[in-house]
Amino acid sequence: MSAEASSGAARSRLGFAALRPGAALAAVLLGVIAVAALLAPLIAPTNPFDLSSLDVLDAELPPVWLEGSDPRFLLGTDAQGRDLLSAILYGTRISLTVGLLAVAIQAAIGVPLGLLAGYEGGRVDSVVTRAADIQLSLSTLMMAIIALALFRAGLGGESLTRFAVPLLVVVIGLAEWPYFARTARAATQVEAAKDYVRAARALGASNLSIVGRHILPNILSPLIVVATTQIAGAIMAEAALSFLGLGMPVTKPSLGTLIRSGYDLMFAGDWWVTVLPGLVLIAVLVSVNMLGDALRDALDPRLTPR
Amino acid sequence: MKALAAGLGFLGRRLAQAMLVMLAILVIAFAVRASLGDPLREIVGEAVPEAEREALRHELGLDAPWPVQLARYLGGALHGDLGTSTIYKRPTLQVVLAKFPASFELVLGASLIVLLLALPAGVYCAVRPRAPGARLILGLSVLGISIPVFLTGIFLITIFSVWLGWLPAFGRGETVQLGVWETGLLTASGLRHLVLPAITLSSIMLPLFIRLVRGAMLDELGHDYVRTARAKGAAPLRVWLRHALRNALVPLVAVGGLQVGTLIAYTLLTETVFQWPGMGFLFLEAVTRADIPLITTYLVFVGLLFVITNTVVDLVSLLLDPRISLEGAR
Repeated sequence: MSAEASSGAARSRLGFAALRPGAALAAVLLGVIAVAALLAPLIAPTNPFDLSSLDVLDAELPPVWLEGSDPRFLLGTDAQGRDLLSAILYGTRISLTVGLLAVAIQAAIGVPLGLLAGYEGGRVDSVVTRAADIQLSLSTLMMAIIALALFRAGLGGESLTRFAVPLLVVVIGLAEWPYFARTARAATQVEAAKDYVRAARALGASNLSIVGRHILPNILSPLIVVATTQIAGAIMAEAALSFLGLGMPVTKPSLGTLIRSGYDLMFAGDWWVTVLPGLVLIAVLVSVNMLGDALRDALDPRLTPR
Repeated sequence: MKALAAGLGFLGRRLAQAMLVMLAILVIAFAVRASLGDPLREIVGEAVPEAEREALRHELGLDAPWPVQLARYLGGALHGDLGTSTIYKRPTLQVVLAKFPASFELVLGASLIVLLLALPAGVYCAVRPRAPGARLILGLSVLGISIPVFLTGIFLITIFSVWLGWLPAFGRGETVQLGVWETGLLTASGLRHLVLPAITLSSIMLPLFIRLVRGAMLDELGHDYVRTARAKGAAPLRVWLRHALRNALVPLVAVGGLQVGTLIAYTLLTETVFQWPGMGFLFLEAVTRADIPLITTYLVFVGLLFVITNTVVDLVSLLLDPRISLEGAR
């Protein structure tokens, strides 16, 4: 009995230790990328949006560790002679911005609906749940592709270029609110039955204050886990849409746009223009997903494998 | 007798629902066409004087009130007439259907890979949750979910086409015309062209299905009947496969069937990377060149696929699980 208990404890400690370096590494990696992206205007060697500074003679130079490179361009250049490092820094900034804003919209729609459904129950609950089910059965990526394709076909590529960021944010933001709503609803149902809520009600607190000031702070941890997964999903969706030519334009490239415009050069042997932004994108997605898994394990002990 | 009647009733209700959804999709498609497309441009192009256009518009009934036009559109749809493509100058449905085999064969190849790998891997991860192999598979599946499908394709092309030169990177290769079906599965070149796209598409579905199989199996393994079967001395493999996996298939079909929209989106991305001449590739071409009738026809067709899969999944769940009662199934 005691041997088994101690081996179980040892295992859980081992599991925790095995989990932590990975998650810590992911956090550090993500932190470095996020700070670099945030400081892009300060640390980028060149301004990739300034077309006048480009020189065609600098086009398609490889990264410095390859033959024929130019020390001015650490990661090489693209077809227009744009410094790839600068383009990646600015592109990451755009990708992260779109991802975060889209998830903010998802949460702004989903959390209130989930709180309402979980607290009110009855008709309200069944309407919200049903709407969430329907929304989820329509694949979000497909809906986003269709919406942006119609925008593009209807208004022309020009206006899509101008409104790319708000369009992407709204399209990705509207599609995935049900994940927040479901989580908020389930957690609210659990909290609403607890004594402190009954006490608050007995003291005469209004419904709004009970939900906003008492329940919401107590259901934040599952919501943070959902938010992490959703951020990875939103960044991936933005990259996919930009890769299809339905997202960020070439003049204001995100990581997905860089991958797309580099793709044509790949068969000429210039693999770095597409592979390097791709690796940055994967680094972002893997570290966000790993952080999400670690948060889930840390905040919800029921989900760790027995 | 009663069960049969109930079964037919369920089938009828489900079919009526499917028709209603299709009607809604057609109305949306009509609205998109009416607000974005100018049908006259599809027919005569831009270089016709305004007075002549006006006359033609009247002659073709394009100045009729919208309910009349909607009725005409729906009537045409019943006969398979969804308009004429402005790029190809042919009926849009014909254009889309001609590209269907390419997409279908790509999905078929990817599905085979997913079935052959996800079932064993998912069952293994469920019955041996702590084994290093299971942890490795789950770890890899996190990685697989984190790599966008178009990057998988680009990496595979870089390695196997550009650097090693083993496999072709774009197109379908040689195809054979079997009646209306253009297949790439019967020539060596067609099969070689299928390898990288099919692996790419499966790479994104695989982690999803491994997790699905594992989850469904874990649910089943926790039930009493599994313990009973083990207690009476049934071999573990028999319990896992004959008892648990069989029951796990019901939620698997239901949840897996819901992924069809996602599958279509990923197919579109894969087709773009490999310039695979399927429906998704056609759709993006239609978008870039603003071929509104072709765009809406693609949407209607994808909607039809979606409705058919959902209906079939419901019926199959019903057949697989005797516990879902017909009277209760609404």
